[in-house]
Amino acid sequence: MNGGTMLGAMRSVLARDLMLAGRRPVDVVTALFFFVIVVSLFPLGIGPEGQILHAIAPGVVWVAALLASMLSLTRLFEADFVDGTLEQMILAPQPLSLIVLGKVSAHWLVTGAPLVLMSPLLGLQFGLSGEALMILALALLLGTPALSFIGALGAALTVGLRGGGALLALLILPLCVPVLIFGAGAVDAAATGMETGAHLSLLGAFLVMALCFGPWVTAAALRIALD
Amino acid sequence: MLRGEALAAMRGDRKLFTDLDFDLHAGELLYIAGPNGSGKTTLLRMICGLVIPSAGQVLWKDENIHTLGEEFRADLLYCGHLGALKDDLSGLENLRFSCRLGGTPVSEDEAVMALSRMGLAGREDLPAKVLSQGQKRRVGLARLLLMRARLWVLDEPFTALDVGAIELLRETMRTHLAGGGLLVLTTHQQVEIEAAAVKRIEMGP
Amino acid sequence: MAVNWFKYSSPPAFYPLAGRLIPWFAAAAAVLALIGIYVGLVVAPTDYQQGDSYRIIFIHVPAAWMSMFIYLVMAVYAGIGLIFNTRLSGYMARALAPTGAMFTFIALWTGALWGRPTWGAWWVWDARLTSELILLFLYLGYISLYAAIDDPRRAARASGLLALIGAVNVPIIYFSVKWWNTLHQGASISLTKAPTMAATMLTGMMIMAVAAWCYTIAVALMRVRCEILEREVHSEWAAEQLAREAR
Repeated sequence: MNGGTMLGAMRSVLARDLMLAGRRPVDVVTALFFFVIVVSLFPLGIGPEGQILHAIAPGVVWVAALLASMLSLTRLFEADFVDGTLEQMILAPQPLSLIVLGKVSAHWLVTGAPLVLMSPLLGLQFGLSGEALMILALALLLGTPALSFIGALGAALTVGLRGGGALLALLILPLCVPVLIFGAGAVDAAATGMETGAHLSLLGAFLVMALCFGPWVTAAALRIALD
Repeated sequence: MLRGEALAAMRGDRKLFTDLDFDLHAGELLYIAGPNGSGKTTLLRMICGLVIPSAGQVLWKDENIHTLGEEFRADLLYCGHLGALKDDLSGLENLRFSCRLGGTPVSEDEAVMALSRMGLAGREDLPAKVLSQGQKRRVGLARLLLMRARLWVLDEPFTALDVGAIELLRETMRTHLAGGGLLVLTTHQQVEIEAAAVKRIEMGP
Repeated sequence: MAVNWFKYSSPPAFYPLAGRLIPWFAAAAAVLALIGIYVGLVVAPTDYQQGDSYRIIFIHVPAAWMSMFIYLVMAVYAGIGLIFNTRLSGYMARALAPTGAMFTFIALWTGALWGRPTWGAWWVWDARLTSELILLFLYLGYISLYAAIDDPRRAARASGLLALIGAVNVPIIYFSVKWWNTLHQGASISLTKAPTMAATMLTGMMIMAVAAWCYTIAVALMRVRCEILEREVHSEWAAEQLAREAR
């Protein structure tokens, strides 16, 4: 098996999932709308006072992004499990971890990337400065793929189970704490005029770690789930 | 070539089967028969490596299939009772994707040809959700025409097929076996398939 | 004396052994807990800063230690179960989880009780308390995943994988929470850094910790015995065992 066909399987899974998302655009915008609505609810619950909103903005946007990615991830493997494609993926003569990588990449492109693009607009509603907005988008750009990898693991562990969504959140949210802390921390630091380098490099480190180990562990979880 | 040694499986806390042995060589056919719930599908999934035996092992060319990993899976084609079709993709897209996933990329022309041989000429571009049950199965079985796997493991391949399609499938299986392929299948229908040797496993109730 | 320890890794051999060990560990736990409480409440001197309220550490600190140790031990059992495909280690991991969750809960609860007179609040977002809370979530996730899967083998393997991932993540979570805490200038009086701990206090705490260990082992063994019987009820030895116990 040469490298070309190995990456070929990953690419074809990626292309297929993007194509499927294109045929069902509703699924794509749901997560984005959820994100926007959750963020917009906070001022309604807390009051329109600029000072407070400004202080909570990083946390609010990050928690909403975390919830939105968890929400969309519950279905990551479910459809493939129900129609038998997941079996074929496990039996494919390519490493399952690469196929998982393809699926997670497609998922992030479809649901994670829009969150990143939308986030400066939401930050603006909370009165964040220009630099903080940039850092917000940058931190989400580093953080949301890591969340996707962590969430994929939860999706693999709960595939085919009743009440998968709530269970997934219970399993995965504690593991997302470091990403949340440093992601929101970076924006917070930018908003108060402090150095953001440390936060961002730690976020980058989490991403690299999630990228290296996530697909591999997720593949193991999928094999267990279909046993 | 394909050998099962003292295989055992559990479902929940219950033993499905124990001490199951078989040995299959090139050109031979293995029928797995038995009533519903006797563990036929579990045995098929075990042969594919999806289910890990609670005892014993499955060997391919005298090596454990889990040690072989990708090398074994490159020789394997499994059709489960789930069709692995995406409702939103056309028959052609579905077929090409599953071939690429199986490590045998096919051109559009080859895929169209296989689909028309399966009696789906002119319907290649319809989304799978508008196809009938039998037509969906035909899309799934078109893979058999395109992929060059040595070992076919088929779970109830004749279900929902009409007489013509059954005949076509028999012909395909005969060619596969004559070319030195191996075939493992479960079926409720009485379909005669010529092979170098036909072996049977009767699963207990 | 040469003992073949591997013999005891099979459920039929382990079951009677566990049965013989349980009374000893249970008795040791009870006796040690009584001594520990006596040392903690009577022998140990009153703290000149915190008065008598500090005495909760005789429960709080051992519980917090246990909560972390048990998760680690659980993850080790889960790892062994995944790698060597042994049934017993899966049962052990499962049997430890409720006790670990209980100790985590006790640590949180006693932390809150101690925090009220000391910090003037039931809950502060202290790094240790916050990590302990996340640890409780990890335990609950493990238990829920195990309970959600019907097939016992898949349940053991899937939740075992989760326990392993959790164990790898616990240090990362702990350090990020700590960092977050120092960054936000939260209250940072540490529970375990009680100023100049008297030797008797330390002794009391150690005795309580050993008692907690014995309790954990006894309870885990009891759960494993139940689990073994339940899972292997179809096998011959388990049927014989049940018949013998019914007599």
